[in-house]
Amino acid sequence: MRRFLLPLGLFIVLAGFLAVGLGLNPREVPSPLIGKPAPDFRLAKLHQPEAVVTPADLRGQVWLLNVWASWCVSCRQEHPVLVDLARHKLVTMIGLDYKDGRDAAKAWLNEHGDPYAFSLFDGDGRVGIDYGVYGVPETFLVDRDGIIRYKHIGPLTDRVVKEKIVPLLKELNRA
Amino acid sequence: MRKLMSLLFALLLLPQIALAREAAPVAEDPALEARVTKIAEELRCLVCQNQNIADSHAELAIDLKNQVREMLKKGMSDKEIIDFMVSRYGDFVLYRPPVKGTTWLLWFGPFVLLAGGLGFLFMRLRRRQGQEVTISDADRATAEALLDGNYKEQQ
Repeated sequence: MRRFLLPLGLFIVLAGFLAVGLGLNPREVPSPLIGKPAPDFRLAKLHQPEAVVTPADLRGQVWLLNVWASWCVSCRQEHPVLVDLARHKLVTMIGLDYKDGRDAAKAWLNEHGDPYAFSLFDGDGRVGIDYGVYGVPETFLVDRDGIIRYKHIGPLTDRVVKEKIVPLLKELNRA
Repeated sequence: MRKLMSLLFALLLLPQIALAREAAPVAEDPALEARVTKIAEELRCLVCQNQNIADSHAELAIDLKNQVREMLKKGMSDKEIIDFMVSRYGDFVLYRPPVKGTTWLLWFGPFVLLAGGLGFLFMRLRRRQGQEVTISDADRATAEALLDGNYKEQQ
């Protein structure tokens, strides 16, 4: 009987590792930007091409940066969640319109509702690269000092908002 | 006949000529392009994770290749470009993970397993060698008879 103990033990350890591995999502790459200052940019607003915004303009307030595009299918899925979050006025919501056309983007917002204080227009996706964006939608939370505190990859869900974003926003707004 | 042959030969060459025209160099600067490809082969495409960005035709991979090309044109070194990518996308963007604390198991785990396996085998063999094998006289006689080829079933 004793001689089966070692193989059985090895099997259980291996099964444990595999079980944990099954639960991981290989698409979610941890961002090295968390805890670092939000990368700099100078971008024009989607609706006012003459108005330029930089992260320095946003100092002193907590802001949420949501990367979206009119061509992005999952953005449609998460959009109602953003519209709902905007209604609670917990945070300044800024859109980053990634690799898009201005007209298509504006039409998309007209159709689905505009939860953003304003959207920034990143037509060539350069700012997206600086933020390590590799799959739209992505969402960043930036604190008053301009430090990225949280990043969500993929569409936001009610659950993520309730369990991660709202508690973190409450903490950041208190600080 | 000879004329026909040379005509046929010329026809055979035609596709080659057509191909040669298609294979015109893609970039104006082949040396730069070679460096772009070399760096692109080291970077993982985050959209199609089992490809590097040199192989990938995902839009992000193309953007990143353009980024690499521009940075090279600005005279940045390979290391500066790799660091630029890692600071944005993390170690995951490297096709060859760096050797550091969190990746020791990944790099050295297989060697530890190999050493363990060899150790186990060695111990087993040692133990087996220590065992005295005793053969009875009757068995020895049977074996000798078998080897001589004149073994008969004793009954």
